[in-house]
Amino acid sequence: MRDLFRGKLVRITAEEPEARAKSEVRWQRDTEFHRLADSDAAQITSEKKIKEWFEKQAEQGFKPERYPFSVRTLDEDKYIGFFGLWVDLIHSVAWVGIGIGERDFWGKGYGTDMMKLCLQYAFTELCMERVSLGLHEYNPRALRSYEKCGFRLEGRTRKDIMREGRRTDTLWMGILREEWLQMQHGDPI
Amino acid sequence: MKDVFTGKLVRLSAVDPEEMSKAFTRWNRDSEYTRLLMMSAQPLSSAKAIQKWMEKEFEEVPPTDFFFTIRTLDENKLLGGLGLNVISWAAREAFIGIFIGEREYWGRGYGTDAMSVILRYAFTELNLWRVSLGVFEYNPRAIRSYEKVGFQHEGRMRKYLNHEGKRWDILYMGILREEWLQLQNGDKT
Amino acid sequence: MFDIQTQLFEGQDIRFGPIDHEKDPEIESKWTHDSEFMRLMEVNPARPMSAAMVKKQYEKLEKQVEENKNLYYFTIRAKADDRLIGKAMVQWIEWTNGNGFLQLGIGAAEDRRKGYGSQVLRMLLRFAFAELNLFRVSAIVPEYNEGAIALLKKFGFVQEVCRRQSLERDGRRWDLLVFGLLNDEWRNQA
Repeated sequence: MRDLFRGKLVRITAEEPEARAKSEVRWQRDTEFHRLADSDAAQITSEKKIKEWFEKQAEQGFKPERYPFSVRTLDEDKYIGFFGLWVDLIHSVAWVGIGIGERDFWGKGYGTDMMKLCLQYAFTELCMERVSLGLHEYNPRALRSYEKCGFRLEGRTRKDIMREGRRTDTLWMGILREEWLQMQHGDPI
Repeated sequence: MKDVFTGKLVRLSAVDPEEMSKAFTRWNRDSEYTRLLMMSAQPLSSAKAIQKWMEKEFEEVPPTDFFFTIRTLDENKLLGGLGLNVISWAAREAFIGIFIGEREYWGRGYGTDAMSVILRYAFTELNLWRVSLGVFEYNPRAIRSYEKVGFQHEGRMRKYLNHEGKRWDILYMGILREEWLQLQNGDKT
Repeated sequence: MFDIQTQLFEGQDIRFGPIDHEKDPEIESKWTHDSEFMRLMEVNPARPMSAAMVKKQYEKLEKQVEENKNLYYFTIRAKADDRLIGKAMVQWIEWTNGNGFLQLGIGAAEDRRKGYGSQVLRMLLRFAFAELNLFRVSAIVPEYNEGAIALLKKFGFVQEVCRRQSLERDGRRWDLLVFGLLNDEWRNQA
């Protein structure tokens, strides 16, 4: 079977609470990263509190509806970001959240490689029928990356988010199992 | 659409801990019944203790478990219950356990009807791929019932149970969604 | 033959040991980052664990051993340097009927195919049959785990149940096989 945890540029890991907190506290303060990744208002949380939160997660163990992963680069083993899958068990649908906290790794193909690993996991280990995601219309880099991975634009919620005095749309994308399988047999991107 | 909880003789309904615990204390005193159903001897617990246990169990049901009571359609009589335990959401497989506590309703098609209802629920509402069960070799009535609804024999764990100085096998049976669908298409009722 | 002298927990190159809560979590965390290992050991979706999570899991395991009395858990350690190389257990023990389920795993790929599996299974069977006095033991294995299937058959396990298409991985369905071995059968082997 193919390696589930390794892509071409990155690999999936489970980081220790201290390591996650150390990086998260920096990424959280990067306004541009936050505004590309999230919809909630930017805020500042202490490293201690973040660490406690991750320790609590470690204590609770795994849940069948949630699959959070950390990501490291293959060549230098640098912890650069994360992705997570939220699963609707009855309908076999997964929602993806993905982000690269380390700016130096933006626009270099790392995100696309992460998403490919994520989709491989969703379709060959979680056996999902479709994977969905949402993104901001002001995040064209992400849109291009997701399209490369096979996601199709399915809709938009108009004037959904308000930031810097402007209202922007939220875009919704999805990829179906059969579409992903076809991509595997066809041209390996 | 057909009512997913109603069969020809029975319907599935919610568990009421007070009512169910009282029924359990009666049924559990029938040792032939408990030996057909359970792997080892159960203590004769009071209705109060059982109710307390049930209320705790049903306080927060994990996304893997589905419990129902079985009631007759004509008199709304509580006959027993059944439980579906999804052992793997990724594989979409569940184990099923069914019990009819009221002896007079054994061998009259009520169990078979209840099983038909839950299989429909499993395949058309929970979207499962397969349903499995274990049945004791000294329970031919149940084996015949399961065969009737379409379960296939998949083997037996040899000499698993120890009763009355003799060892007994546990038979394992399974039905796949595609097999169930074929049976539905064949039967025009 | 009444042999109470031969060590239950000492093999040729490996031994059974307790959990080392300080050293083991990091090593086991590494194993969990190998998707091949996880897919051989686990039927649930494979995912890596941090050392912190492994530590919590060890605590839960020891609690279960203590409270439920239906589990015996061993770490597999190299005799030479007490290095953690795997895990073995007798679980889901049901005393009234005398049954238990066996599971074992060698964590690092470099440590596999060295014959440790046979040593471990030999010791585990002796423990289950000659010490816990179980009547039979079972093992559940996905059909793609050829190594485990070969090992079980070598020790006389009989394939008893085939749960058809019970597992989906890597884009296809697999059967889950259940193997069983009776105390008599084990005892009658050379």
